[in-house]
Amino acid sequence: MKLMEILKPTFWKVFSVLVVIVGLVSTFLRFSQGLGATTNLHDQVPWGLWIGFDFIGVGLAAAGFTIAATVHVFNIHKYEAFVRPAILTAFLSYSVVVCLLIVDLGRPDHFWHPLVMWNIHSVMFEITWCLICYTTVLLLEFAPVVLEKFNLHKPIKYLKMISIPVVILGVLFSTLHQSSFGSLYLIVPGKLHPLWYSSLLPVHFYISCIASGLAMIIFESFIIARAFSKEDGFNNTGLKMNLLTGASYVVLIALIGGFLLKAYDFIANGKLGYLFVASTETYLFYLEIILGTFIPIALLSQKKFREDKKWLYLISIAVICGLILNRLNVSITGLVASSGINYFPSFDEISITMMLVVLAISAFRFIAKYFTVFIDEESHSERNEHTEKAEIVNAREVLNS
Amino acid sequence: MRKGNGILFDVTLCVGCGSCYEACKEANNLPETNKDFLKDHLSDNTFTVVEQYGDLFTRKNCMHCDDPACASVCLVGAIKKSETGAVIYDAEKCIGCRYCMQACPYKMPRYEWGKALPSIRKCSLCDTRVKEGKLPACYEACPTEATLYGNLEELIVIAKKRMKENPDQYFDKIYGLEEAGGTHVLVLSPVPFEQLGFVPNVPKEAMPEFTMRAMEKIPSVVSIGGVFLGGMYWLTKRKNELAKEKNTNNGN
Repeated sequence: MKLMEILKPTFWKVFSVLVVIVGLVSTFLRFSQGLGATTNLHDQVPWGLWIGFDFIGVGLAAAGFTIAATVHVFNIHKYEAFVRPAILTAFLSYSVVVCLLIVDLGRPDHFWHPLVMWNIHSVMFEITWCLICYTTVLLLEFAPVVLEKFNLHKPIKYLKMISIPVVILGVLFSTLHQSSFGSLYLIVPGKLHPLWYSSLLPVHFYISCIASGLAMIIFESFIIARAFSKEDGFNNTGLKMNLLTGASYVVLIALIGGFLLKAYDFIANGKLGYLFVASTETYLFYLEIILGTFIPIALLSQKKFREDKKWLYLISIAVICGLILNRLNVSITGLVASSGINYFPSFDEISITMMLVVLAISAFRFIAKYFTVFIDEESHSERNEHTEKAEIVNAREVLNS
Repeated sequence: MRKGNGILFDVTLCVGCGSCYEACKEANNLPETNKDFLKDHLSDNTFTVVEQYGDLFTRKNCMHCDDPACASVCLVGAIKKSETGAVIYDAEKCIGCRYCMQACPYKMPRYEWGKALPSIRKCSLCDTRVKEGKLPACYEACPTEATLYGNLEELIVIAKKRMKENPDQYFDKIYGLEEAGGTHVLVLSPVPFEQLGFVPNVPKEAMPEFTMRAMEKIPSVVSIGGVFLGGMYWLTKRKNELAKEKNTNNGN
């Protein structure tokens, strides 16, 4: 019965199996024939879709540190229900990023070199180390979910003991490397289009990842709620509308902050003129700003949209699209003019990327289904409170006797 | 005072014979890439090219920056500034991230896209030859002394002298003197450098400075951030405890 259920073909299963098969063939070709034969990368376009996708993956994983900080550092426990989905999302995103980085490396056989060969002046060095450390942090943060499934309570106890320092380290590593992805481009003032080049790039990257990381969690909550329930999934998944509204409020603040920073950057550096130059870059810049910043700010600043399921879902998609556009604009569009080459990713570049994304989504579905990722927030915190109350009463009794 | 050697290339003296191109190919064991050297471009098998702009000819090759962007961004330190003045590359260390290609303001590093295990390729200012006591192949081959090789400070003096003696003959600028904080390849030209395909508006500052301004903030971000987060944890936890205590007291 169960086997039959797994083998039952659905659109998603057939699609993902096909994507993975094609992706594996592309991966084989990429490693056996090299980058030139399988990608559209070029001496003038050394970075392409894979690097762009790394930026997107890391940006969308940002809820992993923002939610963990909210709950564990700032002790706002009502968002507890978001912690596990956020950490799982972050962990899977980082796994995709690491795989893509290795696929992109010209010498994947040398991937371990940064561990022993150091150049501390390189932003890439900082990013590599933060990636390694933060992925470890995510593993530690998510380990309890796996351990409790197999009833291994002892290691969970040890993990709990170090959990606060681990969360704080995670926030610091994330802050550093989310912004560092922007710092990567500080050294190309002459190449990156002025619409995107700014000495504030690291700050832009940091603020935008906070907004879109949370948007990603809102988006996921809706998707999961729809997948796991027939009627109103919010009860089943333990997610409450008031939490999503609360998160969307933070998205609004981050978007406004990001916009103000951008406005300051344009005025202070005299870049306003570029907004009126008719070019592909300008159009893509407007698309990014209008879709990812203006529309979400306009809608989220009204309470009725923040509290409306359908609108919140659509707004979260807009914010995510804004981040995707921004990162692709910085890593690809903004560099086209100076390279003089019109880069478009090759079939193999796209198929390997799609394979990794499909694998990550499948892993998310699998883990969300068989592990306790979406906990019923209310019963959980109630239970906690009950046990705490009981403990206090016990302690008093002991003291009294 | 800039240390090490460099190249002074004078466009007014270049006759476009291609001797430097051929000598470079030979010295570096590079295969033929184009029958007509004037139509060739820099690639993994061409480290220097001769380009024609009307009656003028100019060379293009790695500029060997004083404080190279490529070396500062390389996370494993595969690119280094040699004591000879050359910017040199160690394929044994390279992991192939290609950040050097992205960072170079002159877009000089090339990649062996056709190979399964590729390396970065570019002019090394014949670093190994110079260390063996020999001279760069392009300099040796040049019949008109359009390419000079030697101590960089001396080359700057020669360049300035030429410009002073024949101000009508030269455009009033030594390309490479200030570009990207100064390079070890200096170029003299009778026309503005954009007209010869040289990258215009390269910042006067050394490129690594742009990154350093952000990187130097890391220690304070980490220390202030760490203290802030630790403090917030302690404060909010205490606040919650007090609130809870109050609740239970009221309950009793």
